[in-house]
Amino acid sequence: MEDYPLKGYRVINFGWVFAGPYLATMLGDLGAEVIKVETRSRVDSMRLSPDNLDRDPDRDPWFHSGVRNQLSVTLDMAQPKAIPIIKRLVKISDVVVENFSPRVMKDHSLDYESLVKENPAIIMISLPAAGMYGPLRDAQTYGPSLTGLAGVDSMVGYYGERVLGLQQAYADVNSSLHGAFAVMAALYYRKRTGKGQHIDMAQLEAVISIAGEAVLEYTMNGRILGTMGNRHPTMCPHNNYRCQGDDKWVSIGVKTEEEWRSLCGAMGNPPWAGDPKFADRYSRQQNVEELDRLITEWTKNLTYYEVTEILQRAGVAAAPCLDTEGRFFDPHLQARQTYVEVEHPATGVDFIANSAWRLSETPTVIHHRSPLFGEHNSYVLKDLLGMTDEEIAALEAEKVVY
Amino acid sequence: MADKALSGLRVLELADFIAGPYCGKLLADLGAEVVKAEKPNTGDEARRHGPFPNDIPDPETSGLFLYLNANKLGVTLNVETVTGLKLIKRMVKDVDILIEDNPPKMAEEVGLTYPVLREINPRLIMVSITPFGQTGPYKDYKGYALNGSALGGQSVCAGEPGREPLTPPLSLGHYQSGAAGAAAAMGAVFYREGSGVGQQIDISEAQVWATLHTGNQESSFVMHGMKRMRWGHRTPGVYPYTILPCKDGFMSMIAIQGYQWKRFLELMGEGEVPEWYSKDPRFQDRREISLKYADEMDALLAPWLTSRTKQELYQMCLEKRIPFSPVKNIGEVVNNEHLKVREYFVEIDHPVAGKFKYPGAPGKMSETPWSIERPAPLLGQHNEEIYCQRLGYSREELTELHRGGII
Repeated sequence: MEDYPLKGYRVINFGWVFAGPYLATMLGDLGAEVIKVETRSRVDSMRLSPDNLDRDPDRDPWFHSGVRNQLSVTLDMAQPKAIPIIKRLVKISDVVVENFSPRVMKDHSLDYESLVKENPAIIMISLPAAGMYGPLRDAQTYGPSLTGLAGVDSMVGYYGERVLGLQQAYADVNSSLHGAFAVMAALYYRKRTGKGQHIDMAQLEAVISIAGEAVLEYTMNGRILGTMGNRHPTMCPHNNYRCQGDDKWVSIGVKTEEEWRSLCGAMGNPPWAGDPKFADRYSRQQNVEELDRLITEWTKNLTYYEVTEILQRAGVAAAPCLDTEGRFFDPHLQARQTYVEVEHPATGVDFIANSAWRLSETPTVIHHRSPLFGEHNSYVLKDLLGMTDEEIAALEAEKVVY
Repeated sequence: MADKALSGLRVLELADFIAGPYCGKLLADLGAEVVKAEKPNTGDEARRHGPFPNDIPDPETSGLFLYLNANKLGVTLNVETVTGLKLIKRMVKDVDILIEDNPPKMAEEVGLTYPVLREINPRLIMVSITPFGQTGPYKDYKGYALNGSALGGQSVCAGEPGREPLTPPLSLGHYQSGAAGAAAAMGAVFYREGSGVGQQIDISEAQVWATLHTGNQESSFVMHGMKRMRWGHRTPGVYPYTILPCKDGFMSMIAIQGYQWKRFLELMGEGEVPEWYSKDPRFQDRREISLKYADEMDALLAPWLTSRTKQELYQMCLEKRIPFSPVKNIGEVVNNEHLKVREYFVEIDHPVAGKFKYPGAPGKMSETPWSIERPAPLLGQHNEEIYCQRLGYSREELTELHRGGII
């Protein structure tokens, strides 16, 4: 671990699906020692995701990918005897991550006010749906409904048609990224001043922060953006076009007139390309449906890689719309080790997502595969906290360690 | 200025539009000093994007630019001139972090690569944010947010089966790569504390999508051959995981736990699960419903939903602890009572654009403030402050640099 940026920092992760664990994983990717506190009496749904066809919490594909670079200790927070043990753990840690509803940590006297008494320099980040206070404090949501509450889903759908929504846990990933940044900013502040702090990362607010453009449309002009399909305010054409094969599409985006001319050239300058209807961006936007149909006449006979290569050679932005399988076999994603092979005792070998970033001086390899349930109980309880085998056995019998 | 989390960190931003500038914004809003260098005359692309107050285009009033660049100092600089390059290198000497988004080939041609800049400042942390990254066969490909989300696999997850995949609105991928750049930059700051050396951070927007957002799918693919596709307004696996119309808009309805769905059915049936549901053998398995009877179920719920407003439904769901919530439009978001109580939105007064409400802090920190100290810079507003007062050029030289198209 010696070369990792966050070596020597310890993170306690109470988080579950998805924002908390993802945030902790990012810190783990950077070399922090992340200890996931979890229990069999209330299994993290990341261990029993919809893709876990075996229903074995040690064989969940999402968990294997999303919760690597973490250790696991099984302590049941609902057991009063677990609380002092957790507090001792917090005492020797730097960061606490949780994404329960605001009342949960307080109910277990593990809220910031309680933990800061154990460790005055602790940095705690909470990622509740709507924040630690306010009328919607107790709102329950899932990632896809949060992009709805934050106004983003209202723009996702074919132009002028009904709302479809992103249908992905965009909000969770977004909050975990902003959260990882905030935690490290707090650590940086602590390094200079010795002071810890509590971060209230309302996932709702973190999503609105990436929708500034739409907010300003409203606050400047009172305009409410609706479903916009793939249309873009300053680019045309700007869409995904059907290609040869089953459900294969290529993305093509044109910003400048030079790119437009290059696109026409790459398509062999068909007669329609010279039509005044498409002469400039404004005209193209006025006639976008016809334009998209005509471009499809060209793309549909080629593979999405062929279109991409032809257009990129001509200086036009294009890329295939890759699905799960397409990404796995894509030469570029492979060359950048986007997905890496990791051995796992429960499944043999997995392919999991690598870190989101590449650093030139510090490794970005996966240093710990995802943990089995309670795999590091002995390390955490004996080595870190100095408990004896007898003590641990007694706690196991009482299902405190469970 | 009060002591902020990142007070003392100095950043140079040589980046356009959204991704790099959002990275710079995250750092600036927590107290780093960010100097943004824009092309002379035209400036940042976001200046032409809008929205503009009263729909009157003006490079000084573009909402997107003003949002992304508050708290920064602004200079103009042409990196494609010898003198401009010299100025950049002079500035790189004194900064902790450089944010840049040059296509790798152009960086090479101009001589703005990490090996070159490291010679000038071995402690430099260089955050390079591009569509496809610094390595790999597509590194020199051109790409916009549309293309990043296509390659990264987000696009195929949204839209209706058989129709074209939908890229996320508002160039969302740019914000994700910017935030990833900011997080990784902080990691590099910690590494530098111990080692004394900086490093280059290579952010590929496509890869941010392909790892953080869609990466889990690859494990499912290898383990079970599963592929994530798009299914319109719903996701199969469990019912409900859907967006359905109500009287005045749409409700987002996801119930992962059975008891959550039962509470909703009881709400509809005024205390009891309606018989049309409980007596129908096809509706006893929510996975089955999602795979075979989802359209039928949507239609059965429609009369009840479409006779109630979003707000009525949300109120009932909050009371009964059912995790359904409205799909809000952005106007409703800006006027939301909860966000008012939390003082989320902030007003920024800009000398040309005027006073408007902007999104506020993504995360409230108890000890260190997130605050807007200054509105976004006018084009070249801080040329004199940076070039004369800091770098020691005279006013006359500044004029010469301006005439020469350098700044």
